[in-house]
Amino acid sequence: MNVAFFLEVLIGGMLSGVMYALVALGFVLIFKSSGVFNFAQGAMVLFSALTFVRLLEMHIYFWLALALTLVVMIVLAMAIERLVLRPLVNQPLIILFMATIGLNFFLEGLAQGVWDNQVHGFDLGINDEPFEALRQLTGILVSTFDLVAALIAGTLVLGLSLFFHKTRIGRALRAVSDDHQAALSVGIPLHHIWSITWAAAGIVALVAGMLWGTRLGVQFSLSLITLKALPVLILGGFNSIAGAIVGGLIIGASEKLAEVYLSRFVGGGIENFFPYLLAMVFLIFRPYGLFGDEIIERV
Amino acid sequence: MVYRESGQFKTTYANDMAMFPITQDRWGLMTIIVIAVVAVPLVANDYWITSLLIPFLIFALAALGLNVLTGYAGQLSLGHAGFMGVGAYAAYNLATRIPDMPLLLSFLGAGLITTVVGMLFGLPSLRIKEFYLAVATLAAQFIIEWAFSSIGWFSGGTATMTLDTPPMIIFGYHIHTPRQRYYLTLGIVMLLTLLAKNLVRSQVGRAWMAMRDMDVAAEAMGIRPLTTKLLAFAISSFYAGVAGALYGFVFLTSVDITAFELERSFRLLFMVIIGGLGSILGSFLGAAFIVLLPILINNAATLFVGTVPTNLIANIELMVFGGLIIFFLIVEPYGLARLWHTTKEKLRLWPFPH
Amino acid sequence: MYRGKGVAMWYGMAMLAVLMVGVVLAQPPADPNKEQFVPILIYRTGPYAAGGSGIMGGFMDYMALLNERDGGINGIKLVWEECETAYNNDRGVECYERLKAKGVKGAPVVNPLSTGITYALIDRATNDKIPLVSLGYGRTDATDGRVFPYVFPLITNYWNQSSAKVRYIAQLSGGEDKLKGKKIVNLHLNVPYGKETIPIWDKLAEKFGFEVKHLAVPPPGLDQKSLWLLIREYNPDWVVNRNWGVSCTAPLREAARLGFPRDKILGVWWCGSEEDVFPAGKSAKGYMTTNFHGVGRDFPVIEEIIDKVYTPGKGNLPVTRAGSVYYNRGVIHGIITAEAMRLAHQKFGVAPIGGEQMQWALEHLNITPERIKEIGAEGLMFPLKTSCKDHEGGGAVRIQQWDGEKWVSVSDWIQPYSELVRAEVEKSAAQYAKEKGITPRACN
Repeated sequence: MNVAFFLEVLIGGMLSGVMYALVALGFVLIFKSSGVFNFAQGAMVLFSALTFVRLLEMHIYFWLALALTLVVMIVLAMAIERLVLRPLVNQPLIILFMATIGLNFFLEGLAQGVWDNQVHGFDLGINDEPFEALRQLTGILVSTFDLVAALIAGTLVLGLSLFFHKTRIGRALRAVSDDHQAALSVGIPLHHIWSITWAAAGIVALVAGMLWGTRLGVQFSLSLITLKALPVLILGGFNSIAGAIVGGLIIGASEKLAEVYLSRFVGGGIENFFPYLLAMVFLIFRPYGLFGDEIIERV
Repeated sequence: MVYRESGQFKTTYANDMAMFPITQDRWGLMTIIVIAVVAVPLVANDYWITSLLIPFLIFALAALGLNVLTGYAGQLSLGHAGFMGVGAYAAYNLATRIPDMPLLLSFLGAGLITTVVGMLFGLPSLRIKEFYLAVATLAAQFIIEWAFSSIGWFSGGTATMTLDTPPMIIFGYHIHTPRQRYYLTLGIVMLLTLLAKNLVRSQVGRAWMAMRDMDVAAEAMGIRPLTTKLLAFAISSFYAGVAGALYGFVFLTSVDITAFELERSFRLLFMVIIGGLGSILGSFLGAAFIVLLPILINNAATLFVGTVPTNLIANIELMVFGGLIIFFLIVEPYGLARLWHTTKEKLRLWPFPH
Repeated sequence: MYRGKGVAMWYGMAMLAVLMVGVVLAQPPADPNKEQFVPILIYRTGPYAAGGSGIMGGFMDYMALLNERDGGINGIKLVWEECETAYNNDRGVECYERLKAKGVKGAPVVNPLSTGITYALIDRATNDKIPLVSLGYGRTDATDGRVFPYVFPLITNYWNQSSAKVRYIAQLSGGEDKLKGKKIVNLHLNVPYGKETIPIWDKLAEKFGFEVKHLAVPPPGLDQKSLWLLIREYNPDWVVNRNWGVSCTAPLREAARLGFPRDKILGVWWCGSEEDVFPAGKSAKGYMTTNFHGVGRDFPVIEEIIDKVYTPGKGNLPVTRAGSVYYNRGVIHGIITAEAMRLAHQKFGVAPIGGEQMQWALEHLNITPERIKEIGAEGLMFPLKTSCKDHEGGGAVRIQQWDGEKWVSVSDWIQPYSELVRAEVEKSAAQYAKEKGITPRACN
């Protein structure tokens, strides 16, 4: 086992994890403000990516298509808030979770019904080849695309953190995530805040969709990324943005290391459940994740 | 006016504790049983029996198990289809590896093996609650999926890991026609439903509901969380195991693990949600709903619009599905069973307004 | 509480009642004696929609061509009904049960278009005496028609394909003796379809002295980085890409990142369509896959379809898909079905055909090169000859390569190692017969 190979697996895994973290960011945004675990995030990734790709295919100028997709996601967010969240306002979280599962199916059907069920190629113009400078220096192969994705994710995280901590709306969002009642009593308009967060989650979904779509093509399977993002959230904590990235790095690295070094003992293919196993072990010792808020139950 | 129970007096404790104390309810149940046992095999054609009724019964059984776990005991589980898979594979191995193994014993054995597996995966529930438990059960689902796709021993060494179940023979009687299979499934499901109904009315059931509503208070009252939660997992896995065995032997005689994937877990959860959490009748209503809905949409679309492209129908189906779940959660979180209950309540007064 | 709940409840019940009426009233319409019904099991949704819609689209278009140009087969018009299976075994069984009795004599043949659904239907179809055609997929040991009288893995099965790949690699390496010591990775999706070829690869490795490593891709296979790092460590000479759907595309990207030459990746024919390589963009250039039919539009029959079916607007896919890999595969489905029906008409008279008659025809198919030229499919399909013992009928494959814009055939027809594969098939079929208690029939 040479060190260079180990480093490759480690770095490759972490960069993979960054891609998962991008999807997890959307979850965190929504959980932070409304306490809802939005299972439909994967469908939102699919929906936004499909809309964008189809608009591009209709020969609409790149930035205009982007703007149009953003508008669509904002409208979608407002519709979801109005039709799904408002009627379910005081229900236990389990009910809201199940409602988002239903929303997931609905959005999948809508996205494919309105656009179509085909695979769409998508190219952002970023090379998916090994980064030459690094390869010359150390012999380690790391893809340029992954590095760019990591950069984008980093920018997003920075931007979102600044948004949450330095702006007025960010403060309002944090207030809402702390305690709905108190926020209402201070005069923060709950419904507006929810629309904003779902729209923001939609934008994050679009970015994730564009990056994943470049890699694999925009197709139905994009909505399956949700399942990879769940362990990331468990590890990082449901309402921490930094946690999403850290969780993503850990899950990505451990998943790849386990597959490369451990699977020879058990027959291969453990990548699917290993993150969940890790998450479960984590849950037993630290139920709120690395950076999550500890919830104290009062009887 | 028809449904009032005035004039029905109970004279013994046994009568008072009966499962269906109102005479009209008993008549209703009798009618349903007679229809299921006598009328349906006479009237229904092969398509209805093999593609609709048998899967309905099997999924109703599995949903019953999930309802016990999620509806009565409050432990959210997203790995139920994995347990069905364990049942199917266990039944297959028991039936093929042990010479002259009676079929019903294989099913029973499959249930018991699934019980053990379920209890094992249920252990985290002692530390983790609610939504996080769902993630732990997802881990169970993925581990089970992996185990049956990678370890060849479970499927008897075939390369494709597909189970080809042996023909079913009970007491020398070969069961292969649709009607025979229907009776077998119906019998097992009726028996296990009776068991479940009694279980949830007993002390065990009450302990589950106490755990679900306020677990700290229940513990303070003397209900042991360990035994109660593990028992819930055990019973629910038993039902899932038997349902899985039936699925593999009676419904699709050739099964592989893709039949028990995450998608199936979600469908079972939907059956329980739409049918009604915490209700035996709800499991059946939910199962009927989910099994029949795609067919209804398909036939309705063909009837009203003519030839519709199938992908549009499939997408509409997804949208209707998701939309109905949200609809039910908004309008009636306790599902179809609660709607039925409300109807019965209104019937007690009908035709009077109050 | 939610206001208007009662109203919502009645509204919901009313909707339900309407739908129930739809179910009860939707009986199959009466079929006159001049129509041949064909059930179409298709998946236009889900992760594999490209394959499902492409193949069945081609099939339906060929039948439409026969209707438009010739007025059907010997004057009997073809009618069909689609049923969406979403590649799901339950739905496949339900579609089968719903459609099997339509038409005057019932459905003559069923194309499940999924290995899983094929497995699930074998018992039922054999009972109902309706042949299952699993063209290029399905249960490999069903090639032995003595144990599986109603299952036809036509043209070529998975094990033959794998052995043909070995022959091609041997050709490229300069001879079968050069295979000794080579390293081949069998990258497969961890589902029954993916695992089906593991035993035959082991057998081939044993015979020719090369090393084979089986790497399982956990479904759906969106992210295969770790497996490809393992491949990099192992440094094989060839990688076989036995995936499906999005897991076909990921390897091309991963290989590009690691600098693994794409022309050393040999994919199966379910990983060799335009939809699999488009998303990978430039990384896919040089990738090779097997195929059992020709590619492109340069065949008289395809051009005729575009001319006679699409121009009047009767096609069922966007016309750009005509000539694509899945589309041509569908047209082959249509050609074989039509030829079998013609054969049945010759033997049983010109009338709608039922399952048993179709089974006889499928067992006595002999599509000669002259007939292929007559149909306008020269170069598109290889001659096919089935028999009671041999439900496959062909076995040869071709290799095609993606040049960045389209698929190009880079080899001639390659024969598999039939004797080796046949021995394994018979062994496996005998095992199945023992388990299910079937007595294999005697073929004369």
